Amino acid sequence: MIKELYKPGSYPNLAPPKGTVGFYGWTKSNLFSSLSNSLLTIFSFILLYFLIDGIIGWFFLDAVFDADSKIECRKIDSGACWAVITRRVGQFIYGFYPDAERWRIDIVFIGLFFASAPLLYPDLPLRRWLLWFSGFYPFIAFILINGGLFGLVSIEINLFGGFMLTLIIGVSGIVCSLPLGIMLALGRQSKLTVVRSISVCFIEFMRGVPLITLLFVASSMLNYFMPPGTNFSILVRVIIMFTFFAAAYIAEVIRGGIQAIPKGQYEAAESLGMTYWQTTRFITLPQAMKISIPGIVNTFIGLYKDTTLVIVIGLLDPLGIGRAALADTKWNGLSTETYLFVALFFFVSCFAMSRYSLWLENKLNTDHR
Amino acid sequence: MVTNKKNNSSKPVIEIKEMHKWFGNFHVLKNITLKVNQGERIVICGPSGSGKSTLIRCINRLEVHQQGDIIVNDIELSGDLKNLEAIRREVGMVFQSFNLFPHLSVLENCTLAPIWVRGLPKKEAEEMAMELLTKVKIPEQALKFPGQLSGGQQQRVAIARSLCMEPKIMLFDEPTSALDPEMIKEVLDTMIELAESGMTMLVVTHEMGFAKKVADSIIFMDEGEIIEQNNPKTFFNNPENERTKLFLSQILNH
Repeated sequence: MIKELYKPGSYPNLAPPKGTVGFYGWTKSNLFSSLSNSLLTIFSFILLYFLIDGIIGWFFLDAVFDADSKIECRKIDSGACWAVITRRVGQFIYGFYPDAERWRIDIVFIGLFFASAPLLYPDLPLRRWLLWFSGFYPFIAFILINGGLFGLVSIEINLFGGFMLTLIIGVSGIVCSLPLGIMLALGRQSKLTVVRSISVCFIEFMRGVPLITLLFVASSMLNYFMPPGTNFSILVRVIIMFTFFAAAYIAEVIRGGIQAIPKGQYEAAESLGMTYWQTTRFITLPQAMKISIPGIVNTFIGLYKDTTLVIVIGLLDPLGIGRAALADTKWNGLSTETYLFVALFFFVSCFAMSRYSLWLENKLNTDHR
Repeated sequence: MVTNKKNNSSKPVIEIKEMHKWFGNFHVLKNITLKVNQGERIVICGPSGSGKSTLIRCINRLEVHQQGDIIVNDIELSGDLKNLEAIRREVGMVFQSFNLFPHLSVLENCTLAPIWVRGLPKKEAEEMAMELLTKVKIPEQALKFPGQLSGGQQQRVAIARSLCMEPKIMLFDEPTSALDPEMIKEVLDTMIELAESGMTMLVVTHEMGFAKKVADSIIFMDEGEIIEQNNPKTFFNNPENERTKLFLSQILNH
């Protein structure tokens, strides 16, 4: 009898029906699944063609990359006049930092790359040694940028500007706000009433006030609150405000992460005899931070873009440099090119952060669901 | 059946005297008095909500009792943090939902507390963890994450993790209730082996086969009280209390 001959598990693995997988299958199910969808696909492709054709023409093919003024640009070709950028690229990067000293900023940029690499990529070779460099980097960068030591010429802060300024405020703010945010999140969950109250007040105040107000406070009022004789530079005051502001948001994001950890995790750690700080360090924070990555990076991206607000207290970030360029009679009216360029700079930085966070989330994923 | 000879000779390792506990206004544990001797294996059963989990969670102070005394290994459970840490080092616990640390590998789950709480060198802790993982028959999974294991395997890792602290007493809070039927046996086998090695065990479970096989005594609880405590033979064949009879008829006759 056939039934007795059949061995369970011997049924062969068959190939899927033709036309359901591969390029043909994908195209058919995603682009041409019905008559109306096919028409829509064709219509979209035609639209895309004209759009891309126009964009490439304006951006590259018909664009002018070097000229003395807007009028000359228009004489040469009809596309974008990138000369406003190329003629002032130094200002966009370094602000009004003296030409002869710009090498110092270049070193700071290159150093930033090597200092951040071991922090961002845990599997890097020689990570231990690079971490030492990361630790010293802020001091090196401070001395190089500010000058006044080791024979370096001291540079006035009102000469800082451009992408350099964005990076100084953005990176300092990001680096300082994360630990402060973690401490505030833990403080808000603390059983100690005083610690909890201080954390709650700080978080609620910082979140309840517009950043721009804090910047005005930083520029005009902060020195009144300090003991007499202390005189922070405006840049340090601005960085402190960005740090406080972002830390409050990060604290709330991490608190969400902490609250998402099942109670059983704490019970298991407690029953193994672990103390509060051991549980926090090995159990709570690693899991809470992993859950909070999207929210934390979201806050970082927000902080980074908000650095453009320093324009209101007279610091010239790329946007400010752009406005200064547009005020020049030679380049009057080239706002599209200028703002697109600044937007591109911010987009590249923020997109990189967003991709990094996706990569990190993937790497830390141990759920295997 | 496993027998235990030094039952009545030694001093109790756990002594609970007239203990009461409330959740807010709700009286969950009422006048609990219980002695557990070194090497004794006690199974606690009862309907849900009877306070059996709460009782064993009081022993390592995951729940705080409000009245009466709990003395574990000559140390009295009180608000004193030093006492608490000392007791938690002596008492291991296995949970219904495993509670493994999902972001750490199986091996790291087992070595974390020995390294940081007991101060063992990393190498020694890893050797001991591998030994215990071999005992629960999953040494080959040591480098995987908990999420990659089956429920039964996870629970055996949880048992190994507790044993890595070299506890004198093990508490089991419904260790097989969250498992598929096919996996219950492998966890029970591990627990039987542990019982045979002379570990003092308090087990909250509905696995009556396990109770018959390894328990020195069985406690039946209902509405926060210990209704009956007896050896397995008497408990199953002629229970003293009517409520116990009803409970047994409900869980054994289907």
